[in-house]
Amino acid sequence: MATPLVVSEVAKSFTMHLRDGVRLPVVANVSFSVRAGECVVLGGPSGVGKSSILKMLYGNYGVDEGQILVEHDGRLVNLATAEPRTVLEVRRATLGYVSQFLRVVPRVCALDIVAEPLQARGVTAGDARERAAELLSKLNLPKELWSLPPATFSGGEQQRVNIARGFITDHKILLLDEPTASLDAKNRAVVVEMIAAKKSAGTALIGIFHDEEVREAVADRIIDVSEFSPRRYAA
Amino acid sequence: MSAVPLLKVSDVSKFYGSRIGCRNVSFELYPGEVLAIVGESGSGKTTLLSCLSTRLMPTSGVVEYHMRDGQYRDLARMSEAERRFLMRTDWGFVHQNPADGLRMTVSAGANVGERLMAVGDRHYGNIRAAAGDWLRRVEIEEDRIDDQPRAFSGGMRQRLQIARNLVTSPRLVFMDEPTGGLDVSVQARLLDLVRGLVHDLGLAAVIVTHDLAVARLLSHRMMVMKDGAVIEQGLTDRVLDDPREPYTQLLVSSILQV
Repeated sequence: MATPLVVSEVAKSFTMHLRDGVRLPVVANVSFSVRAGECVVLGGPSGVGKSSILKMLYGNYGVDEGQILVEHDGRLVNLATAEPRTVLEVRRATLGYVSQFLRVVPRVCALDIVAEPLQARGVTAGDARERAAELLSKLNLPKELWSLPPATFSGGEQQRVNIARGFITDHKILLLDEPTASLDAKNRAVVVEMIAAKKSAGTALIGIFHDEEVREAVADRIIDVSEFSPRRYAA
Repeated sequence: MSAVPLLKVSDVSKFYGSRIGCRNVSFELYPGEVLAIVGESGSGKTTLLSCLSTRLMPTSGVVEYHMRDGQYRDLARMSEAERRFLMRTDWGFVHQNPADGLRMTVSAGANVGERLMAVGDRHYGNIRAAAGDWLRRVEIEEDRIDDQPRAFSGGMRQRLQIARNLVTSPRLVFMDEPTGGLDVSVQARLLDLVRGLVHDLGLAAVIVTHDLAVARLLSHRMMVMKDGAVIEQGLTDRVLDDPREPYTQLLVSSILQV
């Protein structure tokens, strides 16, 4: 269990069929691994493929080549080729994700959105909501908002709902796509503290952080994604 | 995670004379899994749904269902009586037009209670209580139990149709454009309701829709159909966020952003 995530020789390109089939290579030969209790930060300029890598790790983007091996339920699963229901099972139990933007479900209130991943793992509604409330208070989301659907929340408020939802479980691997982008200094500090707690609990974290201060505070290692530029391998 | 599929579909094709309805469709559906079939009008999605649910006989191919006794049965080889019993008890079918799935001139309570009587329930008080409970679960006030669905709005009729289908605790529900023709606010309420019920009851469902937002909200997996064939399939968010096929890319890029 020391290395719950191993990425090996992953390549990804997009073929834009609506633009005469032009092929856009995104990354090639992506290889790295993440140990339990470690926070690896994907670095490099915008457009270099950081978010695409995270999305492949989550099964949200298809993978052209290579393997993404995740230790799940005592066995290794290759997410690059896994069946949809296996990917969903890995997401439920092993692999968490804090996306940049919250995808809201009509009529579901903030507290229930946060509690949902715990309920999906069999925790009772009452206990899950209690834990959700703790996290939302920690992230300073005003209590008046908890019972409202987050569609009308500000960017920073939605992001805190998203963070609470991602951090509520004890998933062994957690992917973070700029979780602090629209937060103020006080809440950024809360998130840094929450990441530190995950690390000491043995979670493997892979994140994108544009904020230098946050990056310095959480990163054990920075991987320069421009190393995986397809142009380097084109010849 | 359940190890055996509820429905096994192998190489199903349906021809209308020389015209193709759907061709060579194969997939497996597991308990608790929600599959969306998307594609434009005429792509074969409703034909496929009809073949799966025994409303049409496929021209070729096999659809097998995992019965409660643990055996797989080829649906085409069942007797008409067995198929109808399955439809009334273990399955549900939610039509786009509620009038096709409801009896419009009997009361809301009787519409729900009828399915219970089909599985052998005879106690009037129990049936009425169950009907009332289901009306509440689909957010219809219990004092409407004696009203006919003719007197209901479109959204209420659709919710009543869902209650009628779910009251017998089916394991598999087919839905044909369940939110088609409803106002967006009514749609949102219905989607949220369906999403909650499917999750709470652990239902497997096959949902035909041309609305990709509905597919994203309700389904785990998606199949994209064009000219009768499945051209792309996979995890719903993968298909929508990283569409591979030209037609899927066209569909996804045609979604109106709000």
